[in-house]
Amino acid sequence: MPELTYREAVRDALSSAMRSDDEVFIMGEDIAEMGGSMGVTQGMLAEFGPERVRNTPISEIAIVGTGIGAAMQGMRPVVEIMYQDFLTLSMEQLVNQAAKHRTMSGGQLKVPLTIRTQGGAGWSPGAQHAQQLESWFVHVPGLKVVFPSTPEDVRGLLWSSIYDDNTVIFFEHRLLYPLKGPVPDEIEPIPLGKARVMRDGSDVTVIAIGRMVPEALQAAEEAAKEGISVEVIDPRTLLPLDEETIIASVKKTTRAVTAHEAVTRGGFGAELAAVIQQGAFDYLDAPIERVGAKFAPLAFAPAMEQWVVPHAADVLEAVKRTVARS
Amino acid sequence: MAKVEDKPEGARAGRSALSDERLRELFREMLLIRRFEEKVEERFRAGELPGFLHVAIGQEAVASGVMAALEPDDVIASTHRAHGHTIAKGTHVNAVMAELYGKQEGCSGGYGGSMHLYDLAKGNLGANAVVGGGLPAITGAALAFQFRKQPRVAVAFFGDGATNTGTFHESLNLAQLWKVPALFVLEMNAWAESTPMSQHAPIEDFAQRAVAFGMRSIDVDGQNVEDVYEATRKARQHAVSGQGPVFLNIRTYRLVGHYIGDPQVYREKSELEELRETKDPIELLRGRLRIGDDEFEALDTEIEAIVEGSVEFAKAGTDPKPEDALKYVYA
Repeated sequence: MPELTYREAVRDALSSAMRSDDEVFIMGEDIAEMGGSMGVTQGMLAEFGPERVRNTPISEIAIVGTGIGAAMQGMRPVVEIMYQDFLTLSMEQLVNQAAKHRTMSGGQLKVPLTIRTQGGAGWSPGAQHAQQLESWFVHVPGLKVVFPSTPEDVRGLLWSSIYDDNTVIFFEHRLLYPLKGPVPDEIEPIPLGKARVMRDGSDVTVIAIGRMVPEALQAAEEAAKEGISVEVIDPRTLLPLDEETIIASVKKTTRAVTAHEAVTRGGFGAELAAVIQQGAFDYLDAPIERVGAKFAPLAFAPAMEQWVVPHAADVLEAVKRTVARS
Repeated sequence: MAKVEDKPEGARAGRSALSDERLRELFREMLLIRRFEEKVEERFRAGELPGFLHVAIGQEAVASGVMAALEPDDVIASTHRAHGHTIAKGTHVNAVMAELYGKQEGCSGGYGGSMHLYDLAKGNLGANAVVGGGLPAITGAALAFQFRKQPRVAVAFFGDGATNTGTFHESLNLAQLWKVPALFVLEMNAWAESTPMSQHAPIEDFAQRAVAFGMRSIDVDGQNVEDVYEATRKARQHAVSGQGPVFLNIRTYRLVGHYIGDPQVYREKSELEELRETKDPIELLRGRLRIGDDEFEALDTEIEAIVEGSVEFAKAGTDPKPEDALKYVYA
């Protein structure tokens, strides 16, 4: 199997779709000559030209809204919102327009738009360039939400998102971009709504997303040294959610920990906990533990930043708390 | 160089490319919209229509004049005041009325209601209940036409209130930057709900906002359907020829309240009465076409019957099953 970085895998999915389909194009801030602020679209301008690799003004309403309009005409735009913090500027278009046109029109319209965005703490970007806002969008009927953690998944899921007939908010994590991993020779589309069991285990299930997937795997290694067997599941798609895989795992392990970098309160872990208690209440041997960031806008100084966001050690502690109960 | 233009030449000279016959068709359509809106008011007050409603009495010439200059596969996005636009774009009054009654036979299948009238087959991409909300998608639809080299235009309707939103400014900026074939149709009725222009904008001439983006703007008398038609025709030619979007700065009058039942405490009764006497686009066109009482009565009787028929059609329609509410969440 060839290896790609997470960044290269995103680029490969975009470029492959654009090579095979004239109706796919990308637009966003600084994505052309500069190749995107994270370098994801580097080289794409040279291959596809300025019509299909479109630099936009700093204008998030228009970036998303123009994507909606082109998608309603049957094109498959992929728009980039440089940092997910800036999704807040386009919320009206996402929540009131993209998510609702299909229902409001009685099924006449489709909005096959993909919004790529990224973020994440760990490099002192401060409070307005590092939030994890994925749970906001899980609350909106009509949107799909994807957050892959490996090169293989990010490539296969981005392809599926582009060819999904609905609007997909596609989250990437900044710290995952340089990570390398094996990918199939050819792009293999991964269906939305299917979780991946990243590591088998029998004592505790950790359901982790984004950067917390590698952190959870590290915690599982540590736990194994202490005789605790941890299963790690990456839902990959948050909406729709593969509840079946998660519930089956918790029934097996009888304990659950959720882990994301977003603040714990109101985070996706709360939804996971609700799904687990509904589906596996009689199997649980301990309260469901939630790992996430502390409830504060992210402070700048590295010491404060690192203290606010969760790490493998936090997952390990949570795992131990669940085991200690029984 | 963008500039604010005077009235179109044809209209200024008192004539347009519209034949007498075509003008009479437009007169008929405007009267149909008027009688439809009056019927909607009546049925709403009778308690038959759920939700809340905005009617476009006084603005009929804008809907009819703009649509008359469009081709069938041009697309529009409408506003919360959408009934007239939808009828003029070709949706049958039965389908519009059925939507207001929440029936499956409605143009949005009962999913949308008055503020979300859609008819994709007729090029209606939907009315929007968020002021300014439909503009970015019109820039995007026009971008798709540009990509595909199709000679089509995408048309956004909005009021003066919408010109204060960021959505408006971002949509116009990008449309002009990329020179996409879009028309931005301002229905300047001088009211943002109950708030007069003097309280919502620091300028009086909204064309300045388009000109600021380098966009061509045309001033239009919205009570004169020929003027609206001529300006739109000219604007459409400009847009499909690749010269970029056009702003239609249309002065019109809302001869009713913001919503049905609005007591309009914010304006004098006498002001409204005077406007109704002097600015009614249907009366103005009737005068130009010299339609006598007998002819008018005959036409009106025919239209009243069509509108009454739409109510009967709607009432006889199918109620959606409650669980159908989940049917179209995802494609």
